[in-house]
Amino acid sequence: MYAASLVAPALPARRDDIADRAFRWLVTGAAIFVLTALAGAAWSMFWDGRAAFAKFGLRFLWSQEWDPAAQQFGALVPIFGTAVTALIAVAIAVPVSFGIAMFLTEIAPRWLRGPIGAAIELLAAIPSIIYGMWGLFVLVPVLAEHVYPWVDAHMGQWPLVGALFAGPPLGLGMLTAGLVLAIMVVPFIASVMRDVFMTVPGRLKESSYALGSTRWEVVWDVVLPYTRSAVVGGIFLGLGRALGETMAVTFVLGNAHELSASLLMPGSSIAATIANEFAEADSPMYRSSLIALGFVLFLVTFVVLSAARLLLRQLEKREGR
Amino acid sequence: MHAWHYTVRDAKNLLAHVFALLATAFGLFWLAWILWTTLHNGFAAIHLGLFTQMTPPPGETGGLRNAFFGSVLMSVLGVLLGAPIGILAGTFLAEYARASWLGGVVRFVNDILLSAPSIVLGLFVYTLVVARMGHFSALAGAISLAFIVLPVVVRTTDEMLRLVPAQMREAALSLGVPQWKVTAQVLYRAALPGIVTGILLALARISGETAPLLFTALNNQYWSTDLFAPMANVPVVIFQYAMSPYDDWHSLAWAGAFVLTLFVLLVGLAARAIVARHRISHD
Repeated sequence: MYAASLVAPALPARRDDIADRAFRWLVTGAAIFVLTALAGAAWSMFWDGRAAFAKFGLRFLWSQEWDPAAQQFGALVPIFGTAVTALIAVAIAVPVSFGIAMFLTEIAPRWLRGPIGAAIELLAAIPSIIYGMWGLFVLVPVLAEHVYPWVDAHMGQWPLVGALFAGPPLGLGMLTAGLVLAIMVVPFIASVMRDVFMTVPGRLKESSYALGSTRWEVVWDVVLPYTRSAVVGGIFLGLGRALGETMAVTFVLGNAHELSASLLMPGSSIAATIANEFAEADSPMYRSSLIALGFVLFLVTFVVLSAARLLLRQLEKREGR
Repeated sequence: MHAWHYTVRDAKNLLAHVFALLATAFGLFWLAWILWTTLHNGFAAIHLGLFTQMTPPPGETGGLRNAFFGSVLMSVLGVLLGAPIGILAGTFLAEYARASWLGGVVRFVNDILLSAPSIVLGLFVYTLVVARMGHFSALAGAISLAFIVLPVVVRTTDEMLRLVPAQMREAALSLGVPQWKVTAQVLYRAALPGIVTGILLALARISGETAPLLFTALNNQYWSTDLFAPMANVPVVIFQYAMSPYDDWHSLAWAGAFVLTLFVLLVGLAARAIVARHRISHD
């Protein structure tokens, strides 16, 4: 082959040139396809949800009426449920993830770090439908019988926040959904935190130890300030996941279209509403409203995930990557 | 002197240690509980007919044969559709646009796509395919899974090609090999284990995906190999059966969950094994 190209270099060179250009176009086209996938998703949901946006206007976002029989649709209850469950999840998951990341980077003996890190990552690999089934058949009965009655009797009496924890111990509800979401989000936040904690230069930590700092002081005063933006990025990544998680929430949220101050009461989330009602949405307006809900979810997660990536990129830049 | 100062710092440090230990135990506790529940309930529900019998109506015994077939078919199709485009786009990022603005934009968008809620991608394919065709279909299901495979493969291909030493490219190019041949015959070969790992990770992820299939493939009580008709699949059957009031269906759902979890974990382990075995080869 090489001998042939020595004798007649012009032809293969030309063919290679064309092939090179074709390959370049091919890979560029594939990359453009990735761009259009996201843009297409946004556009198609906006387009199919336009009937709902046109009929209800911005009122769609804060009307709490959701009545398929009367063809009235407002997204306040699902939006509220999505926000509340995701916030509960992040509130539980952030300290836990921080603890795990601290354990895995500073405390655990070296031989233990790999296996425990892998086990935590395993939590992320379990399909969300398994979380949902486990939540419905195992966690909900336990909470309803042993935990929520106590919560209602004791925390329900607290001043100011009592109303959050008062209510019948059904087991299903926002607090349960938040807890399941927290378990699902922990591996994501924890693995980001662990990875960025490991990028802290050893000399920074060693200098601090040499000055007599305790481990906690090193983590809190050296590691955390160095990685702050990426840690927040990791939290946003977890938040984005909690906002859009569907199956697990659908199982344990109870699908009730009512606003309720109590976290023990059933509620609804954007994703759960779509999953539960899409198959039975018989009128164009019903379906359009559900797709419009999807568009709202897309916008919110897009903003949250963009923020997450920008924050994570800041540390990468400093690392020179 | 100020002994109390040291005591306070020591106490804080101790508290932080206890907290970190408890947090790790908290994470492992749920993992153990969920896995044990799935294995325990699934093992009790598993029987030979699971792979030979169809999904039954309530009150009768049956298996999940049509659901397994549908899941395997749609997952394989999803990978076949999504992985090639992903590998090409990843090649663009690593080889043609490492520092260009277009590369930056594509990488950013891909990262968003990677963590975007799968239900959103399902709705997208619903409006794109199902609404146009007028009915749910296995093909639509495979396409929605392909959109989940795509960003995973783009990301791993990009990362793995970047790990290939520049000397390899330079050596091949200096021999007069055209760039597309360098990419196809040198770089892909060097990055193959990593790319395969990415595809395996994507496969593990889509095999448990439920939300996008609800709007695309839906479900089918009967045996069907028609790509243009609704098709049964394990996650949606699990969802439907678990939400039903029938005990027979619950136990079938657990059996499906057991097989699904086992499969996902095994694929994940295989991916890890490949990474571990080939880690040294690039240095």
